[in-house]
Amino acid sequence: MNRLRRLAAWLEDRTGIWHALGPIAKHVVPRTGWAYVFGSATLVAFLIQVVTGITLTTVYVPSADEAYSSLEFITERATLGRLIRGMHFFGASAMVVLIGIHAVRVFLMGAFKFPREMNWLVGVGLLLLTLTIAFTGQLLRWDQNAIWSVVVGAEQAGRVPVIGTAIARFIIGGDFLGGATLSRFFALHVFVLPGLIFLFVGFHLFLVIRNGISEPPHAGEPVEPSTYRKSYAALLRREGVPFWPTAAWRDVVFATIVILAIVTLAAVIGPPALSKPPDPTIVDAYPRPDWYFLWYFAVLAMMPHWAESYLMVLGPLALIAVLIAIPLLFNRGERSPRRRPWAVGTVAFSGLVLTILTIAGNQSHWSPDFGVQPLPVHLIGTTSGPIYEGAQVFYSKGCLYCHRIEDHGGHRGPALTTIADRLTRREMTIRIMNGGYNMPGFAGNLAPAELDGIIEFLRSRTSEGATRARTPASMGPDTSAIGSR
Amino acid sequence: MCCGSDEPIASAASGPGETGDGVSTSAAGETMDRRRWMSRLSLTLCGLAAAVAGVPILGFFLAPFVSAHPERWRGVGRVSQFPVGSTTTVRFEDPSSLPWSGQVAKTAAWLRREGEASFIAFSLDCTHLGCPVRWEEQANLFMCPCHGGVYYSNGEVAGGPPPRPLTRYPVRVRGDAVEIHTTPLPIT
Repeated sequence: MNRLRRLAAWLEDRTGIWHALGPIAKHVVPRTGWAYVFGSATLVAFLIQVVTGITLTTVYVPSADEAYSSLEFITERATLGRLIRGMHFFGASAMVVLIGIHAVRVFLMGAFKFPREMNWLVGVGLLLLTLTIAFTGQLLRWDQNAIWSVVVGAEQAGRVPVIGTAIARFIIGGDFLGGATLSRFFALHVFVLPGLIFLFVGFHLFLVIRNGISEPPHAGEPVEPSTYRKSYAALLRREGVPFWPTAAWRDVVFATIVILAIVTLAAVIGPPALSKPPDPTIVDAYPRPDWYFLWYFAVLAMMPHWAESYLMVLGPLALIAVLIAIPLLFNRGERSPRRRPWAVGTVAFSGLVLTILTIAGNQSHWSPDFGVQPLPVHLIGTTSGPIYEGAQVFYSKGCLYCHRIEDHGGHRGPALTTIADRLTRREMTIRIMNGGYNMPGFAGNLAPAELDGIIEFLRSRTSEGATRARTPASMGPDTSAIGSR
Repeated sequence: MCCGSDEPIASAASGPGETGDGVSTSAAGETMDRRRWMSRLSLTLCGLAAAVAGVPILGFFLAPFVSAHPERWRGVGRVSQFPVGSTTTVRFEDPSSLPWSGQVAKTAAWLRREGEASFIAFSLDCTHLGCPVRWEEQANLFMCPCHGGVYYSNGEVAGGPPPRPLTRYPVRVRGDAVEIHTTPLPIT
C-alpha cells in the first residue's frame, strides 16, 4: 500500500465520504439510452455558467455608470475576456435549449407520471428560474438594448391589475431607470437566482434518486399507481445496472460534447456585440431580446390590441398553470408516445409555433424600416414629372417605412407594387387621409399638391408597370438611388 | 449524558404508559409535556429570530414599493431655442438619481412648441411597452421601433398596439426658461 492509498484510507476512515456517496453513484437504474442525457447536460451547462460567471465578476463593475465600460474592457482588452463572455452567452443558450429538450423528452416518454409528479413540478420551477436568469443576464449587459429591455419588462409587469405599478417600480428600483436598477438585477442574477437553482437542482436530484430513473416506456404497459412501484422494483432486480458507470458514461460523453460546442462557438462567433451606451436620452434605439425570447417579442407585437392587457398577464400564468397541471391530471395510463397522439401533437404544434414566432420576431416586420433608402429610378419608372415628384413625397412622408414597392421598403403595411390594380383614385385618397387599423391618417399632414403627387405615383403602380420594372434593362443601367429627403 | 440533561433518553422511544427504563408512567408523561414545551419554545424562538432579522431586510428590499416620489421642475432650455412648430428632444436629470447613476442619471422628453408660449412635453416611452418613440419630422409622426406603435404630433395614437396617447409631462415657461415637471416613468 503506497502513501496515496494510505492517505485515501485515512480520509475515508475519518470522513466516510465514499461510504455515503458510493451507493448513490452505483445505485441500480433501468437500462436507458441516449435520450436520457439532456438533464445532466443542462446541469453541466449551468456549472459552466457558474464558473464563467464568477470569472466575469472579477472584472465586471455592477455600477450603473461603469458596467458598460467594464464590459467593453472585458470584451476588447482583457486577456481571454472575449472568450469567457462568449462562453457565458453560449452557455446560457445551451442551458435554455437543453432544459427545453429535457422537458420535451420527459413529456413525450410520460416520465412525469406516477410516482414522479414532483420531479416534473420541481423541473418546472427550474425551467422558470432558467428563463428568468437568462433575461436578467441580458440586462447586466447594460447597454442601450438592456436598459430598454428593463423598461419593457417593467411595463409588462405594470399590466397586472391593482399592484402592477408597484411591481414595475420594484423592478426598476424607483421612479426612473437609474442607479438603483442595475444593482438589483445584479443581486438577482448573481446571488438569488443561482442560489435558488442550486436548491431546486438538489431537490430534483434527490427525487431522481428516491423515485428512480424512469424506465424507457413500452406501448401497452400503462402506469397503474397501485402496482407501479412493485413492478419497477422487480424490473431493477431483473435487469438493473449500476448508474456509475453503465448509465453515466453516456452523460459524460454528451456533456463533453456540450462543453466543446460552447467553447468552440464562443471562440468562433464570440459574445453578442454591445449596443450603444445605456444613456436613456439616446432616442435612436432598436431594442431586441436575445434569440431565445424572440418568439415572445413576436407575441407582444402581433396579439390583437384589445386582448393585450389580458394576454400579457394571463398568458404566462396560463402556460405555467398548464405545466403544473400536466402531472396532476395525467399521472397514470400509457407512457409510450406511440399510444399518446395528443402528447406528440402538442409537442409538434408547440415546436412549430415557437419556430414560426422566432422567425417572425427575428424579421420583426411590424417595425417601421427606419433605414429605408429613397426609391431607385428603375422602380419609379421615370426621372421627372408628377409620378417622379409623387415618389419623392412618398419617401419623405415615411410611406416607405411600412409599404414596399417591389422589394424596396418596410413590411408593416401591404405592398403597394400593384396597388392601382386594386384601388381607385378615390379609394386611395380616402385610405391615405383617414388611415386604417394600423395606418395613421395623413389628413392635415399632406398639402393638396403632396396628396396629388402620391396619388399620381400610386396610380402608376400597376401589374403592367411592375413587370416592366422587373427588367431594369429597359431603363438603362442606372439603378442608383436618387432624390433626397 | 453528554449534555447534562436530566431526562432519561430511553423514554423518548417509549410511549406514555410504558415504564421503559424504570421510569414511572407519570414521570414519563411529565417528560413528554416538557419535551412538547421545549420544542414549541424552540420553534417559536426560531420564528421570532427569523422575523427580527428578516423584517429589516424585507423592508430594505421592498422600499421602492413605498418610497416617496420626488418630483421637481427642471429647466430644459430657453424659449428662443425652440422654433414654433418644432419637436425636439430635451434632456434633464431625473430627480431620484443617485451619486453613481452616471450615464443613466438623465432622462429625456419630446418637447413640442405649439405657439408663442405654449409647449407640450411628451414622455419618450411608448404607451404600449415603453420603448423610446422617435419623432419623424417629415412624416409628422412619432414612431416606436419595437412593436410598430405610431402617434400623431399631438400624441394621439395613429396606429399599432399602443392603448393610450403618449404621456405628457407638465411644462411651464418662467421668464425665458422652459421647465418640465418630472414625473415617474409612465406605467400603462
